[in-house]
Amino acid sequence: MGKSPSDFVAKHVQKIPKSGIRDFFAIASTMKDAISLGIGEPDFVTPWHIREAAIFALEKGKTSYTDNLGMKSLRYEISKYVEANFKASYNPDNEILASVGASEALDVALRAIVEPGDKIMYHAPCFVSYSPSVALCHGEAIPVYTCGKNRFELDIEDVKRAWQPGVKAFIINFPTNPTGGTATRAQLEELAKFAKEKDFLIISDEIYAELTYEGEHVSIASLDGMKDRVIFIHGFSKAFAMTGFRLGYACGPREIIDAMMKTHQYAIMCASIMSQEAGVEALKNGRKDMEFMREKYRQRRDFIVGKFNEFGMDCFLPRGTFYAFPNIERFGKSSMETAKLILNEAKVAMVPGSAFGKSGEGYLRASFATSYDNITKAMDRIASILPKLESL
Amino acid sequence: MEKVLNLLLEGEALDTEQIGKILSMPKSDVEAAIQKMIDEKILLGWRPVFNPDFEGKSVVRAAIELKISPERDGGFDRLAERVSKFEQVESCYLMSGAYDLLLFIKARSLREVASFVYERLASIHGVTSTATHFFLRTYKQQGFMLTSENSNEDRPFVSP
Repeated sequence: MGKSPSDFVAKHVQKIPKSGIRDFFAIASTMKDAISLGIGEPDFVTPWHIREAAIFALEKGKTSYTDNLGMKSLRYEISKYVEANFKASYNPDNEILASVGASEALDVALRAIVEPGDKIMYHAPCFVSYSPSVALCHGEAIPVYTCGKNRFELDIEDVKRAWQPGVKAFIINFPTNPTGGTATRAQLEELAKFAKEKDFLIISDEIYAELTYEGEHVSIASLDGMKDRVIFIHGFSKAFAMTGFRLGYACGPREIIDAMMKTHQYAIMCASIMSQEAGVEALKNGRKDMEFMREKYRQRRDFIVGKFNEFGMDCFLPRGTFYAFPNIERFGKSSMETAKLILNEAKVAMVPGSAFGKSGEGYLRASFATSYDNITKAMDRIASILPKLESL
Repeated sequence: MEKVLNLLLEGEALDTEQIGKILSMPKSDVEAAIQKMIDEKILLGWRPVFNPDFEGKSVVRAAIELKISPERDGGFDRLAERVSKFEQVESCYLMSGAYDLLLFIKARSLREVASFVYERLASIHGVTSTATHFFLRTYKQQGFMLTSENSNEDRPFVSP
Protein backbone atom coordinates (compact mmCIF):
# COMPACT_ATOMS: atom_id res chain seq x y z
CA MET A 1 0.00 0.00 0.00
CA GLY A 2 1.36 3.40 -0.97
CA LYS A 3 0.88 6.53 1.07
CA SER A 4 -2.41 8.40 0.95
CA PRO A 5 -2.22 12.06 -0.12
CA SER A 6 -2.69 13.22 3.45
CA ASP A 7 0.37 11.23 4.51
CA PHE A 8 2.44 13.57 2.40
CA VAL A 9 1.31 16.60 4.39
CA ALA A 10 4.03 17.57 6.84
CA LYS A 11 3.25 16.66 10.44
CA HIS A 12 3.67 20.18 11.75
CA VAL A 13 1.25 21.46 9.11
CA GLN A 14 -1.27 18.72 9.90
CA LYS A 15 -1.20 19.83 13.51
CA ILE A 16 -2.23 23.41 12.74
CA PRO A 17 -5.98 23.74 13.23
CA LYS A 18 -8.03 25.42 10.51
CA SER A 19 -8.84 29.02 11.28
CA GLY A 20 -11.96 29.25 13.45
CA ILE A 21 -13.11 32.10 11.27
CA ARG A 22 -13.38 29.74 8.29
CA ASP A 23 -15.96 27.57 10.10
CA PHE A 24 -18.06 30.53 10.97
CA PHE A 25 -17.66 31.99 7.49
CA ALA A 26 -19.02 28.76 6.00
CA ILE A 27 -22.24 29.13 8.00
CA ALA A 28 -22.59 32.89 7.67
CA SER A 29 -21.99 33.11 3.94
CA THR A 30 -25.07 30.96 3.24
CA MET A 31 -27.33 33.63 4.77
CA LYS A 32 -27.68 36.27 2.13
CA ASP A 33 -29.97 38.61 4.05
CA ALA A 34 -27.69 38.79 7.08
CA ILE A 35 -25.79 41.93 8.02
CA SER A 36 -22.13 41.26 8.50
CA LEU A 37 -20.25 42.80 11.39
CA GLY A 38 -17.64 40.15 10.74
CA ILE A 39 -15.49 41.83 8.15
CA GLY A 40 -11.91 42.52 9.10
CA GLU A 41 -11.28 45.14 6.46
CA PRO A 42 -12.36 48.72 5.75
CA ASP A 43 -15.72 49.09 4.04
CA PHE A 44 -14.35 52.08 2.14
CA VAL A 45 -13.08 51.67 -1.37
CA THR A 46 -9.46 52.75 -1.80
CA PRO A 47 -9.44 56.54 -2.35
CA TRP A 48 -9.63 57.34 -6.05
CA HIS A 49 -6.33 59.17 -6.33
CA ILE A 50 -4.57 56.07 -5.01
CA ARG A 51 -6.41 53.76 -7.41
CA GLU A 52 -5.63 56.20 -10.19
CA ALA A 53 -1.93 56.00 -9.38
CA ALA A 54 -2.09 52.23 -9.89
CA ILE A 55 -3.95 52.68 -13.17
CA PHE A 56 -1.42 55.25 -14.31
CA ALA A 57 1.38 52.82 -13.49
CA LEU A 58 -0.26 50.25 -15.77
CA GLU A 59 -0.77 52.82 -18.51
CA LYS A 60 2.88 53.73 -18.35
CA GLY A 61 3.71 50.06 -18.80
CA LYS A 62 5.00 49.55 -15.28
CA THR A 63 4.50 45.81 -15.28
CA SER A 64 7.93 44.56 -14.30
CA TYR A 65 9.52 43.17 -11.17
CA THR A 66 11.05 45.73 -8.86
CA ASP A 67 14.03 45.58 -6.55
CA ASN A 68 13.42 42.73 -4.08
CA LEU A 69 13.23 45.24 -1.25
CA GLY A 70 10.66 47.28 -3.17
CA MET A 71 10.94 50.37 -5.33
CA LYS A 72 13.41 52.88 -4.03
CA SER A 73 10.82 55.66 -4.22
CA LEU A 74 8.44 53.62 -2.07
CA ARG A 75 11.08 52.81 0.53
CA TYR A 76 12.04 56.45 0.63
CA GLU A 77 8.42 57.46 1.28
CA ILE A 78 8.05 54.72 3.90
CA SER A 79 11.16 55.96 5.64
CA LYS A 80 9.80 59.52 5.75
CA TYR A 81 6.36 58.37 6.86
CA VAL A 82 7.62 56.11 9.63
CA GLU A 83 9.95 58.78 10.91
CA ALA A 84 7.20 61.41 10.94
CA ASN A 85 4.44 59.25 12.39
CA PHE A 86 6.22 56.64 14.48
CA LYS A 87 9.36 58.54 15.49
CA ALA A 88 11.64 55.76 14.31
CA SER A 89 14.17 56.34 11.60
CA TYR A 90 15.15 53.69 9.05
CA ASN A 91 17.52 53.83 6.13
CA PRO A 92 15.54 53.23 2.93
CA ASP A 93 18.54 51.51 1.33
CA ASN A 94 18.81 48.57 3.67
CA GLU A 95 16.47 48.76 6.65
CA ILE A 96 13.09 48.60 4.86
CA LEU A 97 11.45 45.74 2.99
CA ALA A 98 8.19 46.14 1.05
CA SER A 99 6.11 42.99 1.40
CA VAL A 100 2.90 41.45 0.13
CA GLY A 101 0.76 42.73 2.98
CA ALA A 102 1.85 42.97 6.59
CA SER A 103 1.12 39.24 6.81
CA GLU A 104 4.02 38.39 4.54
CA ALA A 105 6.28 40.73 6.50
CA LEU A 106 5.39 38.83 9.68
CA ASP A 107 5.94 35.50 7.98
CA VAL A 108 9.38 36.36 6.60
CA ALA A 109 10.35 37.97 9.92
CA LEU A 110 9.57 34.72 11.73
CA ARG A 111 11.28 32.63 9.09
CA ALA A 112 14.35 34.83 9.41
CA ILE A 113 14.72 34.39 13.14
CA VAL A 114 13.02 31.18 14.31
CA GLU A 115 14.98 27.97 14.64
CA PRO A 116 13.27 24.69 15.55
CA GLY A 117 12.21 24.84 19.18
CA ASP A 118 12.65 28.58 19.56
CA LYS A 119 10.01 30.15 21.75
CA ILE A 120 8.01 33.07 20.47
CA MET A 121 5.65 34.90 22.78
CA TYR A 122 2.50 36.68 21.68
CA HIS A 123 -0.44 38.21 23.48
CA ALA A 124 -3.87 36.67 23.09
CA PRO A 125 -6.66 37.02 22.03
CA CYS A 126 -4.93 38.05 18.84
CA PHE A 127 -4.96 37.99 15.09
CA VAL A 128 -5.43 34.45 13.82
CA SER A 129 -2.07 34.01 12.10
CA TYR A 130 0.49 34.56 14.86
CA SER A 131 0.55 31.17 16.51
CA PRO A 132 0.23 29.16 13.25
CA SER A 133 3.01 31.21 11.63
CA VAL A 134 5.31 30.35 14.53
CA ALA A 135 4.36 26.68 14.26
CA LEU A 136 5.10 26.71 10.52
CA CYS A 137 8.66 27.74 11.43
CA HIS A 138 8.87 24.86 13.93
CA GLY A 139 8.85 27.34 16.76
CA GLU A 140 6.84 27.16 19.94
CA ALA A 141 4.24 29.90 20.41
CA ILE A 142 3.76 31.03 23.99
CA PRO A 143 0.67 33.10 24.74
CA VAL A 144 0.36 35.86 27.31
CA TYR A 145 -3.29 36.39 28.03
CA THR A 146 -4.85 39.81 28.20
CA CYS A 147 -8.26 40.30 29.70
CA GLY A 148 -11.33 42.46 29.45
CA LYS A 149 -11.06 43.94 32.90
CA ASN A 150 -7.71 45.48 31.81
CA ARG A 151 -9.16 46.59 28.48
CA PHE A 152 -6.99 43.90 26.90
CA GLU A 153 -3.85 45.86 27.66
CA LEU A 154 -0.61 44.04 28.31
CA ASP A 155 0.26 43.57 31.97
CA ILE A 156 4.03 43.33 32.33
CA GLU A 157 3.63 41.00 35.31
CA ASP A 158 1.76 38.53 33.08
CA VAL A 159 4.55 38.83 30.54
CA LYS A 160 7.14 38.06 33.19
CA ARG A 161 5.16 35.07 34.40
CA ALA A 162 4.73 33.66 30.90
CA TRP A 163 8.35 34.20 29.90
CA GLN A 164 10.55 31.12 29.73
CA PRO A 165 14.23 30.65 29.02
CA GLY A 166 14.68 30.33 25.27
CA VAL A 167 12.21 33.05 24.30
CA LYS A 168 13.59 34.65 21.17
CA ALA A 169 10.92 37.17 20.31
CA PHE A 170 7.60 38.62 21.36
CA ILE A 171 4.95 39.49 18.74
CA ILE A 172 2.89 42.48 19.79
CA ASN A 173 -0.05 44.03 17.98
CA PHE A 174 -1.34 47.33 19.33
CA PRO A 175 -4.02 48.43 18.60
CA THR A 176 -5.12 44.81 18.69
CA ASN A 177 -7.33 42.85 16.34
CA PRO A 178 -9.79 41.55 17.67
CA THR A 179 -9.99 43.26 21.06
CA GLY A 180 -9.26 46.91 20.24
CA GLY A 181 -6.73 46.89 23.07
CA THR A 182 -3.97 49.50 22.95
CA ALA A 183 -0.68 50.08 24.75
CA THR A 184 0.46 53.13 26.67
CA ARG A 185 3.97 54.50 26.49
CA ALA A 186 4.61 53.35 30.06
CA GLN A 187 3.50 49.79 29.29
CA LEU A 188 5.72 49.67 26.22
CA GLU A 189 8.64 51.06 28.20
CA GLU A 190 8.24 48.26 30.75
CA LEU A 191 8.10 45.69 27.97
CA ALA A 192 11.15 47.24 26.30
CA LYS A 193 13.07 47.07 29.55
CA PHE A 194 12.14 43.43 30.01
CA ALA A 195 13.09 42.63 26.40
CA LYS A 196 16.54 44.09 27.00
CA GLU A 197 16.90 42.28 30.30
CA LYS A 198 15.95 38.89 28.86
CA ASP A 199 17.51 39.66 25.50
CA PHE A 200 14.64 38.99 23.11
CA LEU A 201 13.35 40.73 19.99
CA ILE A 202 10.03 42.49 19.57
CA ILE A 203 8.05 42.00 16.39
CA SER A 204 5.60 44.87 16.44
CA ASP A 205 2.62 44.61 14.08
CA GLU A 206 1.21 48.15 14.04
CA ILE A 207 -1.22 47.73 11.17
CA TYR A 208 -4.01 49.58 13.04
CA ALA A 209 -1.82 52.44 14.30
CA GLU A 210 -3.54 55.14 12.23
CA LEU A 211 -6.90 54.05 13.60
CA THR A 212 -6.11 55.35 17.07
CA TYR A 213 -8.95 57.60 18.16
CA GLU A 214 -7.78 59.10 21.42
CA GLY A 215 -4.31 59.74 22.74
CA GLU A 216 -1.06 58.98 20.99
CA HIS A 217 -0.05 55.79 19.30
CA VAL A 218 3.43 54.93 20.50
CA SER A 219 5.66 52.58 18.56
CA ILE A 220 7.98 50.48 20.66
CA ALA A 221 10.55 51.01 17.90
CA SER A 222 10.75 54.66 18.90
CA LEU A 223 11.77 53.95 22.49
CA ASP A 224 15.35 54.51 23.60
CA GLY A 225 17.74 51.78 22.54
CA MET A 226 15.00 49.66 20.97
CA LYS A 227 15.65 50.17 17.29
CA ASP A 228 18.02 47.20 17.06
CA ARG A 229 15.61 45.03 18.96
CA VAL A 230 12.41 45.69 17.04
CA ILE A 231 11.06 44.47 13.73
CA PHE A 232 8.44 47.08 12.90
CA ILE A 233 5.65 45.77 10.69
CA HIS A 234 3.10 47.93 8.99
CA GLY A 235 1.05 48.15 5.82
CA PHE A 236 -1.45 50.04 3.74
CA SER A 237 -4.56 47.89 4.19
CA LYS A 238 -6.22 49.51 7.18
CA ALA A 239 -5.01 53.11 7.12
CA PHE A 240 -5.65 53.66 3.41
CA ALA A 241 -8.33 51.00 2.76
CA MET A 242 -5.98 49.10 0.46
CA THR A 243 -6.47 45.49 1.55
CA GLY A 244 -6.69 44.15 -1.99
CA PHE A 245 -3.42 45.80 -3.00
CA ARG A 246 -1.64 43.43 -0.62
CA LEU A 247 1.08 45.85 0.32
CA GLY A 248 2.93 46.02 3.62
CA TYR A 249 6.43 46.58 4.90
CA ALA A 250 8.92 45.74 7.57
CA CYS A 251 11.54 48.04 9.04
CA GLY A 252 14.33 46.78 11.22
CA PRO A 253 18.04 46.35 11.77
CA ARG A 254 19.89 45.84 8.51
CA GLU A 255 21.07 42.31 9.38
CA ILE A 256 17.52 41.14 10.05
CA ILE A 257 16.05 42.85 6.98
CA ASP A 258 18.82 41.13 4.98
CA ALA A 259 17.79 37.79 6.42
CA MET A 260 14.10 38.46 5.76
CA MET A 261 15.01 39.39 2.20
CA LYS A 262 16.35 35.89 1.59
CA THR A 263 12.94 34.28 2.09
CA HIS A 264 11.14 37.16 0.44
CA GLN A 265 13.25 37.08 -2.72
CA TYR A 266 12.95 33.32 -3.23
CA ALA A 267 9.30 32.97 -2.26
CA ILE A 268 7.81 36.22 -3.55
CA MET A 269 10.45 38.11 -5.52
CA CYS A 270 8.80 41.46 -4.89
CA ALA A 271 5.47 43.12 -4.14
CA SER A 272 3.43 44.03 -7.20
CA ILE A 273 4.76 47.15 -8.87
CA MET A 274 1.27 48.60 -9.41
CA SER A 275 0.57 48.26 -5.71
CA GLN A 276 3.89 49.86 -4.88
CA GLU A 277 3.09 52.83 -7.13
CA ALA A 278 -0.26 53.15 -5.36
CA GLY A 279 1.56 52.94 -2.03
CA VAL A 280 3.77 55.90 -2.92
CA GLU A 281 0.67 57.96 -3.71
CA ALA A 282 -1.01 56.89 -0.47
CA LEU A 283 1.95 57.94 1.65
CA LYS A 284 2.38 61.23 -0.18
CA ASN A 285 -1.23 62.34 -0.45
CA GLY A 286 -3.45 59.97 1.49
CA ARG A 287 -3.56 61.66 4.87
CA LYS A 288 -6.82 63.51 4.31
CA ASP A 289 -8.66 60.36 3.25
CA MET A 290 -7.20 58.45 6.16
CA GLU A 291 -8.40 61.10 8.60
CA PHE A 292 -11.85 61.12 7.03
CA MET A 293 -12.18 57.35 7.39
CA ARG A 294 -10.87 57.46 10.95
CA GLU A 295 -13.52 60.01 11.91
CA LYS A 296 -16.24 57.81 10.37
CA TYR A 297 -14.98 54.79 12.32
CA ARG A 298 -14.90 56.85 15.50
CA GLN A 299 -18.52 57.92 15.09
CA ARG A 300 -19.62 54.34 14.45
CA ARG A 301 -17.54 53.09 17.37
CA ASP A 302 -19.21 55.46 19.81
CA PHE A 303 -22.61 54.31 18.63
CA ILE A 304 -22.02 50.55 18.55
CA VAL A 305 -20.20 50.41 21.90
CA GLY A 306 -23.00 52.42 23.49
CA LYS A 307 -25.51 49.93 22.14
CA PHE A 308 -23.66 46.84 23.38
CA ASN A 309 -23.47 48.32 26.85
CA GLU A 310 -27.18 49.14 26.69
CA PHE A 311 -27.77 45.46 25.87
CA GLY A 312 -25.80 44.44 28.95
CA MET A 313 -22.98 43.11 26.75
CA ASP A 314 -20.08 44.77 28.59
CA CYS A 315 -17.87 46.49 26.10
CA PHE A 316 -15.10 48.98 26.75
CA LEU A 317 -14.57 51.83 24.33
CA PRO A 318 -11.62 50.67 22.21
CA ARG A 319 -9.04 53.40 21.70
CA GLY A 320 -8.01 51.86 18.38
CA THR A 321 -8.98 49.48 15.49
CA PHE A 322 -12.45 49.10 14.03
CA TYR A 323 -13.51 46.32 16.36
CA ALA A 324 -15.72 46.27 19.41
CA PHE A 325 -15.30 43.22 21.63
CA PRO A 326 -18.44 42.87 23.74
CA ASN A 327 -18.63 40.33 26.55
CA ILE A 328 -21.47 37.83 26.22
CA GLU A 329 -20.85 35.68 29.30
CA ARG A 330 -24.07 36.76 30.94
CA PHE A 331 -26.04 34.77 28.35
CA GLY A 332 -24.42 31.61 29.71
CA LYS A 333 -23.42 30.29 26.32
CA SER A 334 -20.13 29.87 24.49
CA SER A 335 -19.16 32.60 22.05
CA MET A 336 -19.70 30.21 19.12
CA GLU A 337 -23.20 29.32 20.36
CA THR A 338 -24.03 32.98 20.93
CA ALA A 339 -22.69 34.00 17.53
CA LYS A 340 -24.72 31.25 15.85
CA LEU A 341 -27.85 32.20 17.76
CA ILE A 342 -27.49 35.87 16.81
CA LEU A 343 -26.82 34.88 13.22
CA ASN A 344 -29.83 32.58 12.98
CA GLU A 345 -32.30 34.65 14.98
CA ALA A 346 -31.22 38.22 14.28
CA LYS A 347 -29.41 37.68 10.99
CA VAL A 348 -26.35 39.53 12.20
CA ALA A 349 -22.90 38.00 11.79
CA MET A 350 -20.27 38.63 14.44
CA VAL A 351 -17.17 36.53 14.86
CA PRO A 352 -17.03 34.40 18.02
CA GLY A 353 -14.13 35.47 20.22
CA SER A 354 -12.96 31.87 20.41
CA ALA A 355 -11.87 32.15 16.76
CA PHE A 356 -9.02 34.28 18.14
CA GLY A 357 -7.85 31.74 20.67
CA LYS A 358 -9.32 30.30 23.82
CA SER A 359 -8.86 33.55 25.69
CA GLY A 360 -11.36 35.13 23.31
CA GLU A 361 -14.06 32.86 24.72
CA GLY A 362 -16.87 34.85 26.28
CA TYR A 363 -16.63 37.62 23.67
CA LEU A 364 -17.78 38.44 20.17
CA ARG A 365 -15.90 40.57 17.70
CA ALA A 366 -18.08 43.18 16.02
CA SER A 367 -16.44 45.07 13.21
CA PHE A 368 -17.73 48.59 12.73
CA ALA A 369 -16.08 48.85 9.33
CA THR A 370 -19.51 48.89 7.75
CA SER A 371 -22.04 51.60 7.03
CA TYR A 372 -23.78 53.46 9.82
CA ASP A 373 -27.03 52.25 8.32
CA ASN A 374 -25.95 48.60 8.60
CA ILE A 375 -24.80 49.13 12.16
CA THR A 376 -28.07 50.74 13.30
CA LYS A 377 -30.09 47.96 11.61
CA ALA A 378 -27.87 45.28 13.13
CA MET A 379 -28.27 46.80 16.60
CA ASP A 380 -32.06 46.97 16.21
CA ARG A 381 -32.10 43.32 15.20
CA ILE A 382 -29.99 42.27 18.18
CA ALA A 383 -32.19 44.33 20.52
CA SER A 384 -35.22 42.46 19.24
CA ILE A 385 -33.81 39.05 20.20
CA LEU A 386 -32.31 40.01 23.56
CA PRO A 387 -35.05 38.22 25.53
CA LYS A 388 -34.30 35.08 23.54
CA LEU A 389 -30.57 35.40 24.17
CA GLU A 390 -31.24 35.73 27.85
CA SER A 391 -33.71 32.86 28.14
CA LEU A 392 -32.51 30.14 25.78
CA MET B 1 -22.01 73.85 13.90
CA GLU B 2 -19.10 72.82 11.68
CA LYS B 3 -19.38 69.15 12.61
CA VAL B 4 -23.08 69.14 11.77
CA LEU B 5 -22.38 70.93 8.49
CA ASN B 6 -19.73 68.39 7.51
CA LEU B 7 -22.10 65.54 8.15
CA LEU B 8 -24.87 67.21 6.13
CA LEU B 9 -22.44 67.78 3.27
CA GLU B 10 -21.76 64.06 3.09
CA GLY B 11 -25.33 63.76 1.91
CA GLU B 12 -26.63 61.01 4.14
CA ALA B 13 -30.34 61.13 4.91
CA LEU B 14 -30.14 61.42 8.67
CA ASP B 15 -32.66 62.93 11.03
CA THR B 16 -31.48 65.21 13.80
CA GLU B 17 -31.63 62.43 16.35
CA GLN B 18 -29.35 60.21 14.24
CA ILE B 19 -26.96 63.10 13.67
CA GLY B 20 -26.89 63.64 17.41
CA LYS B 21 -26.06 59.99 18.02
CA ILE B 22 -23.24 60.01 15.49
CA LEU B 23 -21.73 63.22 16.81
CA SER B 24 -22.47 62.40 20.47
CA MET B 25 -24.43 65.59 21.01
CA PRO B 26 -28.02 66.15 22.13
CA LYS B 27 -30.70 66.43 19.46
CA SER B 28 -31.50 69.97 20.59
CA ASP B 29 -27.90 71.09 19.91
CA VAL B 30 -28.07 69.62 16.41
CA GLU B 31 -31.32 71.47 15.78
CA ALA B 32 -29.84 74.71 17.11
CA ALA B 33 -26.79 74.30 14.85
CA ILE B 34 -29.02 73.74 11.82
CA GLN B 35 -31.19 76.72 12.70
CA LYS B 36 -28.07 78.87 13.03
CA MET B 37 -26.93 77.79 9.58
CA ILE B 38 -30.33 78.67 8.14
CA ASP B 39 -30.28 82.07 9.88
CA GLU B 40 -26.82 82.82 8.57
CA LYS B 41 -27.81 81.71 5.04
CA ILE B 42 -25.21 78.97 5.12
CA LEU B 43 -27.86 76.31 4.71
CA LEU B 44 -30.24 77.45 1.95
CA GLY B 45 -32.56 74.49 1.81
CA TRP B 46 -33.00 70.76 1.48
CA ARG B 47 -33.14 68.94 -1.83
CA PRO B 48 -32.68 65.27 -2.57
CA VAL B 49 -30.13 64.52 -5.27
CA PHE B 50 -31.74 62.53 -8.07
CA ASN B 51 -30.27 60.46 -10.81
CA PRO B 52 -31.19 62.66 -13.83
CA ASP B 53 -31.88 59.53 -15.91
CA PHE B 54 -34.88 58.82 -13.72
CA GLU B 55 -36.07 62.34 -13.31
CA GLY B 56 -38.79 61.93 -15.89
CA LYS B 57 -38.75 61.76 -19.65
CA SER B 58 -39.65 65.37 -20.24
CA VAL B 59 -36.67 67.03 -18.61
CA VAL B 60 -34.02 68.72 -20.68
CA ARG B 61 -30.97 70.27 -19.16
CA ALA B 62 -28.56 72.69 -20.73
CA ALA B 63 -25.72 75.01 -19.89
CA ILE B 64 -25.90 78.46 -21.46
CA GLU B 65 -22.98 80.78 -21.80
CA LEU B 66 -24.01 84.40 -21.80
CA LYS B 67 -22.02 87.45 -22.76
CA ILE B 68 -23.38 90.63 -21.25
CA SER B 69 -22.31 94.26 -21.10
CA PRO B 70 -21.35 95.42 -17.63
CA GLU B 71 -23.18 98.47 -16.33
CA ARG B 72 -21.71 101.54 -14.72
CA ASP B 73 -23.36 100.84 -11.36
CA GLY B 74 -23.08 97.29 -10.17
CA GLY B 75 -21.19 95.72 -13.08
CA PHE B 76 -22.85 92.42 -13.91
CA ASP B 77 -25.02 92.14 -10.81
CA ARG B 78 -28.30 93.59 -12.04
CA LEU B 79 -28.39 91.50 -15.20
CA ALA B 80 -27.20 88.38 -13.41
CA GLU B 81 -29.94 88.72 -10.80
CA ARG B 82 -32.54 89.39 -13.45
CA VAL B 83 -31.53 86.31 -15.44
CA SER B 84 -31.44 84.19 -12.26
CA LYS B 85 -35.09 84.90 -11.55
CA PHE B 86 -36.39 82.78 -14.44
CA GLU B 87 -37.71 79.50 -13.12
CA GLN B 88 -35.78 77.59 -15.80
CA VAL B 89 -32.48 78.81 -14.35
CA GLU B 90 -31.29 76.40 -11.66
CA SER B 91 -27.92 78.03 -11.10
CA CYS B 92 -26.18 81.14 -12.35
CA TYR B 93 -22.50 81.98 -12.02
CA LEU B 94 -20.32 84.91 -13.04
CA MET B 95 -17.32 83.41 -14.81
CA SER B 96 -13.85 84.49 -15.79
CA GLY B 97 -12.77 83.81 -19.37
CA ALA B 98 -14.54 83.77 -22.72
CA TYR B 99 -18.03 84.63 -21.46
CA ASP B 100 -19.60 86.27 -18.43
CA LEU B 101 -22.51 84.24 -17.06
CA LEU B 102 -22.92 80.49 -16.99
CA LEU B 103 -26.50 79.30 -16.50
CA PHE B 104 -27.72 75.80 -15.77
CA ILE B 105 -31.17 75.37 -17.26
CA LYS B 106 -33.87 72.84 -16.60
CA ALA B 107 -36.83 72.75 -18.98
CA ARG B 108 -39.53 70.39 -20.15
CA SER B 109 -38.46 70.17 -23.77
CA LEU B 110 -35.88 71.22 -26.29
CA ARG B 111 -38.38 73.67 -27.69
CA GLU B 112 -38.80 75.28 -24.28
CA VAL B 113 -35.04 75.76 -23.94
CA ALA B 114 -34.89 77.21 -27.44
CA SER B 115 -37.70 79.66 -26.84
CA PHE B 116 -36.28 80.58 -23.46
CA VAL B 117 -32.98 81.46 -25.15
CA TYR B 118 -34.28 83.50 -28.07
CA GLU B 119 -37.37 85.02 -26.49
CA ARG B 120 -36.20 85.65 -22.96
CA LEU B 121 -32.44 85.78 -22.75
CA ALA B 122 -31.35 87.12 -26.12
CA SER B 123 -33.91 89.88 -26.01
CA ILE B 124 -32.66 91.34 -22.72
CA HIS B 125 -30.94 94.64 -23.25
CA GLY B 126 -27.29 94.12 -22.40
CA VAL B 127 -27.09 90.46 -23.46
CA THR B 128 -24.70 90.43 -26.40
CA SER B 129 -24.50 86.70 -27.19
CA THR B 130 -25.59 83.26 -26.04
CA ALA B 131 -24.24 79.74 -26.59
CA THR B 132 -26.37 76.77 -25.56
CA HIS B 133 -24.96 73.32 -24.70
CA PHE B 134 -27.34 70.45 -24.05
CA PHE B 135 -26.53 67.78 -21.49
CA LEU B 136 -26.25 64.35 -23.04
CA ARG B 137 -25.44 62.08 -20.14
CA THR B 138 -24.66 62.53 -16.46
CA TYR B 139 -21.69 60.74 -14.93
CA LYS B 140 -21.51 62.46 -11.58
CA GLN B 141 -24.26 64.45 -9.90
CA GLN B 142 -23.36 66.71 -6.99
CA GLY B 143 -20.73 64.38 -5.66
CA PHE B 144 -22.54 61.13 -6.44
CA MET B 145 -21.11 58.86 -9.10
CA LEU B 146 -23.79 57.42 -11.38
CA THR B 147 -21.72 54.58 -12.75
CA SER B 148 -21.45 51.69 -10.35
CA GLU B 149 -18.07 51.90 -8.67
CA ASN B 150 -17.57 48.61 -7.10
CA SER B 151 -19.43 45.40 -6.75
CA ASN B 152 -18.65 43.79 -3.47
CA GLU B 153 -19.32 40.28 -4.66
CA ASP B 154 -15.79 39.14 -3.98
CA ARG B 155 -15.48 40.66 -0.52
CA PRO B 156 -15.74 37.81 1.99
CA PHE B 157 -18.72 37.98 4.31
CA VAL B 158 -16.55 37.29 7.32
CA SER B 159 -12.79 37.76 7.41
CA PRO B 160 -10.02 37.82 10.03
